[in-house]
Amino acid sequence: MIRFILLQNRQGKTRLAKYYVPLEESEKHKVEYEVHRLVVNRDAKFTNFVEFRTHKVIYRRYAGLFFSVCVDITDNELAYLESIHLFVEILDHFFSNVCELDLVFNFHKVYLILDEFILAGELQETSKRAIIERMSELEKLQ
Amino acid sequence: MNPFSSGTRLRDMIRAIRACKTAADERAVVRKECADIRALINEDDPHDRHRNLAKLMFIHMLGYPTHFGQMECLKLIASPGFPEKRIGYLGLMLLLDERQEVLMLVTNSLKQDLNHSNQYVVGLALCALGNICSAEMARDLAPEVERLIQFRDPNIRKKAALCSTRIVRKVPDLAENFVNAAASLLKEKHHGVLITGVQLCYELCTISDEALEYFRTKCTEGLIKTLRDMTNSAYQPEYDVAGITDPFLHIRLLRLLRVLGQGDADASDLMTDILAQVATKTESNKNAGNAVLYECVETIMAIEDTNSLRVLAINILGRFLSNRDNNIRYVALNMLMKAITFDDQAVQRHRVTILECVKDPDASIRKRALELVTLLVNENNVTQLTKELIDYLEISDEDFKEDLSAKICFIVEKFSPEKLWYIDQMLKVLCEAGKFVKDDVWHALIVVISNASELHGYTVRALYKAVLTYSEQETLVRVAVWCIGEYGDLLVNNVGMLGIEDPITVTESDAVDVIEEAITRHNSDSTTKAMALVALLKLSSRFPSISERIKDIIVKQKGSLLLEMQQRAIEYNSIVDRHKNIRSTLVDRMPVLDEATFNVRRAGSFPASASTMAKPSVSLPNGVEKPVVAPLVDLLDLGSDDILATPSSSGPDFLQDLLGVDLGASSSQPGATLAPRTGTDLLMDILSIGTPSPAQNSTSSVDLLSTADVNSNPSIALDTLSSPAPPHVATTSSNGMFDLLHGLSPSPSKEATNGPAYPPIVAYESSSLKIEFTFSKAPGNLQSTNVQATFTNLSPNTFTDFIFQAAVPKFLQLHLDPASSNTLPASGNGAITQNLRVTNSQHGKKSLVMRMRIGYKLNGKDVLEEGQVSNFPRGL
Repeated sequence: MIRFILLQNRQGKTRLAKYYVPLEESEKHKVEYEVHRLVVNRDAKFTNFVEFRTHKVIYRRYAGLFFSVCVDITDNELAYLESIHLFVEILDHFFSNVCELDLVFNFHKVYLILDEFILAGELQETSKRAIIERMSELEKLQ
Repeated sequence: MNPFSSGTRLRDMIRAIRACKTAADERAVVRKECADIRALINEDDPHDRHRNLAKLMFIHMLGYPTHFGQMECLKLIASPGFPEKRIGYLGLMLLLDERQEVLMLVTNSLKQDLNHSNQYVVGLALCALGNICSAEMARDLAPEVERLIQFRDPNIRKKAALCSTRIVRKVPDLAENFVNAAASLLKEKHHGVLITGVQLCYELCTISDEALEYFRTKCTEGLIKTLRDMTNSAYQPEYDVAGITDPFLHIRLLRLLRVLGQGDADASDLMTDILAQVATKTESNKNAGNAVLYECVETIMAIEDTNSLRVLAINILGRFLSNRDNNIRYVALNMLMKAITFDDQAVQRHRVTILECVKDPDASIRKRALELVTLLVNENNVTQLTKELIDYLEISDEDFKEDLSAKICFIVEKFSPEKLWYIDQMLKVLCEAGKFVKDDVWHALIVVISNASELHGYTVRALYKAVLTYSEQETLVRVAVWCIGEYGDLLVNNVGMLGIEDPITVTESDAVDVIEEAITRHNSDSTTKAMALVALLKLSSRFPSISERIKDIIVKQKGSLLLEMQQRAIEYNSIVDRHKNIRSTLVDRMPVLDEATFNVRRAGSFPASASTMAKPSVSLPNGVEKPVVAPLVDLLDLGSDDILATPSSSGPDFLQDLLGVDLGASSSQPGATLAPRTGTDLLMDILSIGTPSPAQNSTSSVDLLSTADVNSNPSIALDTLSSPAPPHVATTSSNGMFDLLHGLSPSPSKEATNGPAYPPIVAYESSSLKIEFTFSKAPGNLQSTNVQATFTNLSPNTFTDFIFQAAVPKFLQLHLDPASSNTLPASGNGAITQNLRVTNSQHGKKSLVMRMRIGYKLNGKDVLEEGQVSNFPRGL
């Protein structure tokens, strides 16, 4: 199960933080700080997995952005690595050529997309097309 | 109207924040925005509400407090329009979580929205519920969610399915309500619904055995068919990832099959074909394919014995291990740890590759590989593997040395073929990574050294040589200081030379140099310095020719900043100066430390009960400092410290850690600045040597304290100590000893005559074990009761690794002395006894109660028994 998802830039600014387990605010900031420190200086050739407290973080870097997913120690690392990529593809499709600024100014939409992709810490939909269609239906209702 | 269309103020605010040059600027902007938002909240204008909340979410993400916006979320959720609700729910999920009381207020709105006619609104409510619902909400809203699993729109069905997984995680009792609905989802064609359905079934299987049995009989074949259809399906662009159709669904299906197959040979049999197909046909040149293979291997290894498949799985792992992609190697290492349980040989074949991984630059790989190597070690390869690891220890990163040295120590302790080898390896570790070695490890080393009398000379010479080169390794210095103190004479006289040694010439003053260096080095910590001081005292007797120089060093410590050091320096100085005739007896060599007692203590002091229970043989404990500072500090302590207070804090009680009983409060006491635990531990230790089996006692000066009946029958050692000494010394120390013995372990026979009598009770009795308590009270201390527990084995088999643990409520304080043994012979042929001391702070008001837990091994299997004792005699 996914414990939390973080989207951070190289400076450590959080662009998205979604927690599926309850944490205190102060604890969240600590977690974000620690995860950033863990992933930011890793060599590109290294594994995309870092052990973090009693869990592990699967991360992937896209340009200056780090997508980190914290999952149970028994979960399939490779699968989560693949789902990070799928999420990025969805964002890329939705914002047509996504960049960090899109995510900053439309942070609420990023959350809404994530809610269509992952729910209760588990994968909800695996089709890029289905999610994009669903999003445009929802946008029409605004 | 759209709150987010360009030109609205959310965009402006984000721009303004981004334009800030400094953190102070940013804070100012945020403060101003927050003030505006608060003002608008007070006006209660529904028009701006969702825009305000959107801004608050952004501010929240920057890390500023936004609790004042929580009620706004609730208002938005309660409003009729979809856009308001949408932003309200989003805010709810970000700003609140299941622990806030406010969340309860939203239950009713959620219930209405779950029954809303607009399916998009239903979707929002499900999403919020799935992400943050609490156990109470789960109970209240479970019926709605269960109904929605059958909803016509697939978007709702899949959300309801995942929402149900959260509900059953929160309230496992509700699992059975969802079983039928979950089973129906497995027939779905829609991938989104199917994957969530599989997830729900998996969750139910892990929670409820009945659900597992139900899915196993009803759904196994269907799932296998679904998996087969998908594996064989033609190219589906919508779900294709690197040539694999929906690897995510593949993985979820394999995982569900894993729980269905585990422990059931028939179900396992059914799935062998498809697993073999997935394992052989899946493309392994892309991450997606490897992810599926990885999951498949895990399933193969978990289900019931199918040897041919396991060979296949091991081969896949072998391929993974030689892959150039680090991610793949990482998962291979991970899986090999599981594979080792059923095919040790196959994993051993990859030993060389795995050892290479220990040296990988990537910390994640190193860590996994190290864990795996630890599992690979056995009696046959321990010397070779240890050599490799120690060689690497020399060149590894500083931050890896701690983990690495801990593992090496673990391996060496567990598999050491002989003492000489053990000592050699430990010395190497101490030289390379001495500052990372945990206390219990070097304590254990000292115990082993102490027990290897034929190696004393060799060890002290090796340590002497090592410490000259690696004087910055704290624990090495400590062990060296201790050994030189104890065996200094062997060092200078080259006693007990082994064939492998090169003779060295060490003068008495060289040996003292080492100790002096340790005591004067500015970065030695207080424990090292204290040990060095004791060593000096010992050497003053071993090397009479240079005792003047030793005295000078001791005298210098009178100026130490540590009170304890000052005091000891003064005391030791007076011993060196004035009590030459008793000195040699006082600082005699330590008696051989009792390995068995130490190991029991070690096992007991482990913080996590789980690990102690699981593998008692592995446990690495705590507390040999005592031997080191023991002999003297203790004797001299008696007069100066409050005797009753000191023992009350004794023992690094595992119980405190294990059961969270707070006994530690009394342990801080004035006057014992230098390692107060050290001093008290000693007492424990001394007593532990003596009390359980007095037969062990030798006539060494330490043991006199432990002789329980010292009152009536003073030991010879006591005589020699007190008679030649000046009167004031004699009285102080002997009084102290009597006090001590009163407080700690008065002999039961004396109790019977002195204290009020209480009937013994049977505290616990099961089919295999009986525990009896006998009671006694120290005269004059009504609050404290001494309990002697006697354990009797009623079963026909011997119990090994026997551990008794007890916990008491806060108003009681409990102390356990070490048990007389950890092996309990069968059929009542002998018993274990253990002394407990209970102090009742509510004496006269409340009577004793105790909860206990008894762990032991029966035919190699761990057994745990628990019980509560409430039949204590009144008035204790």
